[in-house]
Amino acid sequence: MIRTITLPNGSTEIGIELNQLPDGRVTIASGRHNLTGWPVQQRRRSLRGLFSALAAVTFGAAPVAHAETLLNVSYDPTRELYREFNEAFAKHWESLGNAAPTIEASHGGSGAQARAVIDGLEAQVVTLALASDIDKIAKEGKLPADWQSKLPHNSSPYTSTIVFLVREGNPKGIKDWGDLIGDGVEVITPNPKTSGGARWNYLGAWAWAEKNGQDPKTFVGDLFKHVPVLDSGARGSTTTFAQRGIGDVLLAWENEAYLALAELGEDQFDIVVPSVSVLAEPPVALVESNIKSDEQRALATAYLDYLYSPEGQAIAFKNFYRAWDASAANPEDVARFPQIELVDIAHFGGWAKVQPEHFGDGGIFDQIYVPK
Amino acid sequence: MGRPLIHRSPMPGLGLSMGITLTMLSLVVLLPIGALLLKGATFGIGNIWDTVNRERVWAALFLSFRLSFFAALFNLVFGVILAWVLVRYRFPGRRLLDAAVDLPFALPTAVAGIALTALYAPNGAFGAIAKELGLKIAYTQWGIFIALIFVGLPFVTRTVQPVVEEIEREVEEASATLGASRLYTLRRVVLPMLMPAALTGFALALARAVGEYGSVIFIAGNIPLKTEIAPLLIVIQLEEFNYDGAAAIGIAMLLISFGMLLAINLIQVWSRRRIGYV
Repeated sequence: MIRTITLPNGSTEIGIELNQLPDGRVTIASGRHNLTGWPVQQRRRSLRGLFSALAAVTFGAAPVAHAETLLNVSYDPTRELYREFNEAFAKHWESLGNAAPTIEASHGGSGAQARAVIDGLEAQVVTLALASDIDKIAKEGKLPADWQSKLPHNSSPYTSTIVFLVREGNPKGIKDWGDLIGDGVEVITPNPKTSGGARWNYLGAWAWAEKNGQDPKTFVGDLFKHVPVLDSGARGSTTTFAQRGIGDVLLAWENEAYLALAELGEDQFDIVVPSVSVLAEPPVALVESNIKSDEQRALATAYLDYLYSPEGQAIAFKNFYRAWDASAANPEDVARFPQIELVDIAHFGGWAKVQPEHFGDGGIFDQIYVPK
Repeated sequence: MGRPLIHRSPMPGLGLSMGITLTMLSLVVLLPIGALLLKGATFGIGNIWDTVNRERVWAALFLSFRLSFFAALFNLVFGVILAWVLVRYRFPGRRLLDAAVDLPFALPTAVAGIALTALYAPNGAFGAIAKELGLKIAYTQWGIFIALIFVGLPFVTRTVQPVVEEIEREVEEASATLGASRLYTLRRVVLPMLMPAALTGFALALARAVGEYGSVIFIAGNIPLKTEIAPLLIVIQLEEFNYDGAAAIGIAMLLISFGMLLAINLIQVWSRRRIGYV
């Protein structure tokens, strides 16, 4: 019989079992040597099992449609939020007398995640950065076109905004959007073409310029000339700014900025709140065509509803999101958000208009980089 | 009586082996490329040209191919030297070094990109020294160049190594006894023998570098017209759900790559003819 054993140095060896010691250790013949160690997982390996294991290793485990599984396809900065939320929800779901659910979350750039769902990733729930990304999925017929009216607050259980993260002591004296185009100021933001958060950065700058009597197009163009590195996603930009030490100011999701402060040390960075910013409403939705059974629908619906429950909202507050219902939240988590004048997407005419006009091929953002 | 168009090979097993070859090639190579070309065909040549014929796309294509070419050139020179050292000399740690040459193949390119960025960023180990000298490496074209050298390094070394092993000492000794200097022997005897293999390695390294995305994306600044590589432009098109635009740039890269590889193959044929055997 072939056995796998763990050697004292921590490595594992596979070989034919020679004999078993009274203390449970096993001696195997492995090549030229006989080795003795503790057996690993005494599972019988039938040939079929081996094949399916091989297939699983080669192609990734096939998604099995259990009623109790749920895949939440989300965007980049929600990792910490959904890690905590999924645990809380699993407990909540069990306390209602259900079997423990398997909840998986996938994170990545919002646009790429939407594309994965369109291309067949079987997500029952999507929680993306932009309504326009879920619109794309709806266009493929995977969920109804009026998905955004199904849940309260435009299907956005939590909101966020864009703030500035600067180096400790704010050496460049950055107070507002207008300071970003000062001489020698380097701004770090991801690429609006590939990152949902970066589109909000761009729109925040646009809104400020409008309110301060500047030509928004010129201002945003100037701003992006101060960007030395365009990462593809929000996390990449945070890394570039925080770990690589590039740039003077990071335009970041508020939750991402607080997270950077919490994880990398409050003595390294300061948060600067601009006079005006955007109200980002990351929406959530149930992907109808990926629901396999009534049990799964019940689970997915409960999952989204729980986001709106006082407990779910408290978790969002705790993870630096501006949620709606503060009744169960820690008052400290709520009080730390500064008051900002917030402009929502409707101000710009909605994503259906903004997306092609600003970020489409040859749109206003592309024109910034067209040489004059 | 004309000659039959297809001569049946006297070797047995042609049908079977050819069938397997064609099936594998079709599944793995020809079908995806065919799908790309089909996508382009439905898009139309005029539209493809309009997509590609923009300053930003040309800048990205020029950047990608230029840096890939120079990175492959760098690898050609240093890959041959590395192969020579690994085969000809015996020194402690040789096998370790030999194994390390393959690491760029094994490492996920994203890991390589992040590691290189950490080293060459202004606050990294090498980047700090470069900064003292007034140089910026990460987030400039130099950063892309270094990443491309990294991913292409094994190709030249691994193609040249067996050839160096095959070179018989007697040939060099004969050259020496006939009065040739060391440099002359190297230039007229050794290098011509290595040339075909080195060119193959060069072509492989070039092709690899042109398509490289994972590692470059971390170390390039990704600024349009300056440090934006062509594969990133394709990804950006995909982000906009513009599959046609992505296919158009893909086809442009395919054509340029094909042209370059064809040219290298012709040089190879010529260099083989010149030395008269192999």
